[in-house]
Amino acid sequence: MTDPTAEDGRDPAASHPGASHPGASHPGAEVSGASHPSASHPAASTPGASHAGAEVSGAEVSGAEVPGASAPDPSWGPPEAESAADPSWGPPAAESAAQVHPAADETPPRALVRSPLSDGEWQRLHPLTPLLRGGLFLLVVIGIIVANMRERLLELFLPAVTDLPPGVLPPDPVDFLFANNLILIAAGGALAVLIVLLVAFRLSWRFHTFRISDDDVEVRSGVLFRTHRRAPLDRVQGVNLTRPMVARLLGLAKLEVVGAGLDSNVKLEYLSARAAETVRGDILRLASGRRRSEGRTVAASGGSLVQQAAGAVGAGIQNMVDGEDFSDAEPESIVRIPFGRLIASRVLSGSTLMLVAFVVAIAIAASLSTLWLLFSIVPAFLGFGAYYVRSIARGLRYSIAPSPDGVRLTFGLFTTISEVVPPGRVHAIEVHQPLLWRPFGWWAVSVNRLSGRGSTDSSTDPFAAVLPIGTRDDVERVLRILAPALPPEEWTYVFHHGILGPVEDDPYVITPARARLLRPFSWRRNGAVLTADALFLRRGWARRTLTIVPLARLQSVGLRQGPIGRASRTATLAAHVIAGTVQTSVGALDRDAAVALFEDTAHSTIAAAAGDRSHRWAG
Amino acid sequence: MTNTPDLPERTPTSAPPRAEQSASVLDDSTYSRVLEPRGSGRLPLGDGTWHQLARAYVRVQLISQGAVFVLVLAAAIVAQAVTGFAWQWIPAGVVLLVTAIGIVITPRQARSFGYQLRRDDLVFRRGILWQRVVAVPYGRMQLVDITHGPLDRGFGIAQLKLVTAAASTGVTIPGLTQRAAEQLRDTLIDVAETRRTGL
Repeated sequence: MTDPTAEDGRDPAASHPGASHPGASHPGAEVSGASHPSASHPAASTPGASHAGAEVSGAEVSGAEVPGASAPDPSWGPPEAESAADPSWGPPAAESAAQVHPAADETPPRALVRSPLSDGEWQRLHPLTPLLRGGLFLLVVIGIIVANMRERLLELFLPAVTDLPPGVLPPDPVDFLFANNLILIAAGGALAVLIVLLVAFRLSWRFHTFRISDDDVEVRSGVLFRTHRRAPLDRVQGVNLTRPMVARLLGLAKLEVVGAGLDSNVKLEYLSARAAETVRGDILRLASGRRRSEGRTVAASGGSLVQQAAGAVGAGIQNMVDGEDFSDAEPESIVRIPFGRLIASRVLSGSTLMLVAFVVAIAIAASLSTLWLLFSIVPAFLGFGAYYVRSIARGLRYSIAPSPDGVRLTFGLFTTISEVVPPGRVHAIEVHQPLLWRPFGWWAVSVNRLSGRGSTDSSTDPFAAVLPIGTRDDVERVLRILAPALPPEEWTYVFHHGILGPVEDDPYVITPARARLLRPFSWRRNGAVLTADALFLRRGWARRTLTIVPLARLQSVGLRQGPIGRASRTATLAAHVIAGTVQTSVGALDRDAAVALFEDTAHSTIAAAAGDRSHRWAG
Repeated sequence: MTNTPDLPERTPTSAPPRAEQSASVLDDSTYSRVLEPRGSGRLPLGDGTWHQLARAYVRVQLISQGAVFVLVLAAAIVAQAVTGFAWQWIPAGVVLLVTAIGIVITPRQARSFGYQLRRDDLVFRRGILWQRVVAVPYGRMQLVDITHGPLDRGFGIAQLKLVTAAASTGVTIPGLTQRAAEQLRDTLIDVAETRRTGL
């Protein structure tokens, strides 16, 4: 593996020898965001541990060459006693794998991991994986062929086909095969292709391995072109468990470790559903750094034998007091969405207004010109109907609950998605209320976070809409688990002053009266307030919105001013966070107040970031 | 990321370590005063010293934009002479207009850029008509990127880009002298190492 800085040519001194400089000997032009805290990385002898991550991303994909990966590895040898047929398919080669990794301290301790799949050795996915990943496609192809052959067979029994003049080649390959008695060869060929495909699937399954170690999750895949992807655990942004319809029928689930960069997710597809659940618990427990904190206390008390014994007894008592850790179990949801409310909320959403406007426009146009225009409503109705069904099906079986490792969100009727997002992974929270929801007192919560998806992935991040609809109590409960660090005295900023504001003694800095033309309806609401932990942005008159930006996650802060703002002595304050659905800027603030807010935010951000420990949230 | 308690102690004094001694490099052959909008409602400069762009940046910009202008104009004229069509003047006219505006405002715009190395963050400002001020904590930097094209190299300037996890940060200092760019990069990386925070 070569140094990534040299490949990218980011270091100009490397690519332009003429520009030599004393500082050019600096190996990397980057602030490597993904590198491990090297002091705590125990085993530099692991394959790929020398890989110095140099990207924003939490996961790295290295090329085919991994130093040390070519070393003989017993777990890659001949199949061990047909583990594929074993329904419980535990790790069959635990004893052979032990000698592969002499660096035993890399292995997570037994107390932390529950599943044999996350014991720090290379493991395989569920044997039905190829069937779901590529086999379904094969089945479809076979189905199409069979369907065509059926027509062929029907034609064979009806003697209407063979009236071609003798000597003329039939126009169709199947006819050609029949005409030249090649049917056996063709069948043999098809069988060979099938066998090759099956072998390929089997091979790709055998070469697709993963390892969950103390510091990262790694996946190796590919037969000819090897890929090795690793995600450092302290950059894990969430772990989600997706169960598509077909996989659910087979009792399988897809586990996805959400990384911090573009297209940086590490996918373990597929595992058996129960195994996936425990593996997720293991990953989160390892990522939380619980072992680190425990390790520190043990090391501190490791003076004499007596002290060690006392420490052991203390730990035992502590375990008894703590009781068994039920963090893998499904916790009780803190919000229930009644079915009627879910439907009503979708019907009363902004898209319904658009539909109504569209229908009215079409009706008017049709009455003015030709009636045929009315038929263009049909596709619109189909489209909107599909949208409603989809969004309602998504919101069914919704549950959200706190867990020791963060917020656990589950929803979906057909494809069930369950995601756990550790603390400190939410970069901006927005509470908003469309106009039509106001009579009912309903709100929705959405967040910005790193979803680890590629730029080509158009599917929406399931976690972005954390609460599709809820009452004020629901919103408060959800916010409390999304922003647990918010001190109690700041909660008045959220509802009392924020979402429902403004009231008397408004702490928010709002648009000055001289600039009310810039925000004709909402100028009393349009404002911002800064606390030690968060920046609150309040906006909107028809669509009331409150944005909470935790300062510990704020990347940078900006001020903007155009000619209109200059004329009215106002400016726009922008909090720069991870891109997402939440808008994090507020315009038309008084210039001096905005400058003061800018400076204060810049200082508070540094303090908040320095005190932030959430990358290892248990430690 | 290295939020571990064994961080080296932060010096409470003015911190960017090499910033003081490097000030001469950063201010070598640059503009000396940040150009501000005239309106009194503008975003104020505040205190602290602003470092500015190298004067050569304007020359590079004028040459490259002038070359685009001349090339587009020549291509349109040649097309007119050869084919006799006139429709190519529509796209060519748009490009010529945009380039001409760019040529006119570049000398003023270049003087509006400025950056400050404060104790814990870098403050960047740009723009006259549309002013923009950004404060980036050193610990949030993921990447410092230096690029220079052939023309830039001829005039000894480089572009330095700061990347954080948020795409909207958008801090790009377009025309530093190459020595200043490298000096700034090394300074930023040194400082970022000691102030590293999570995402």
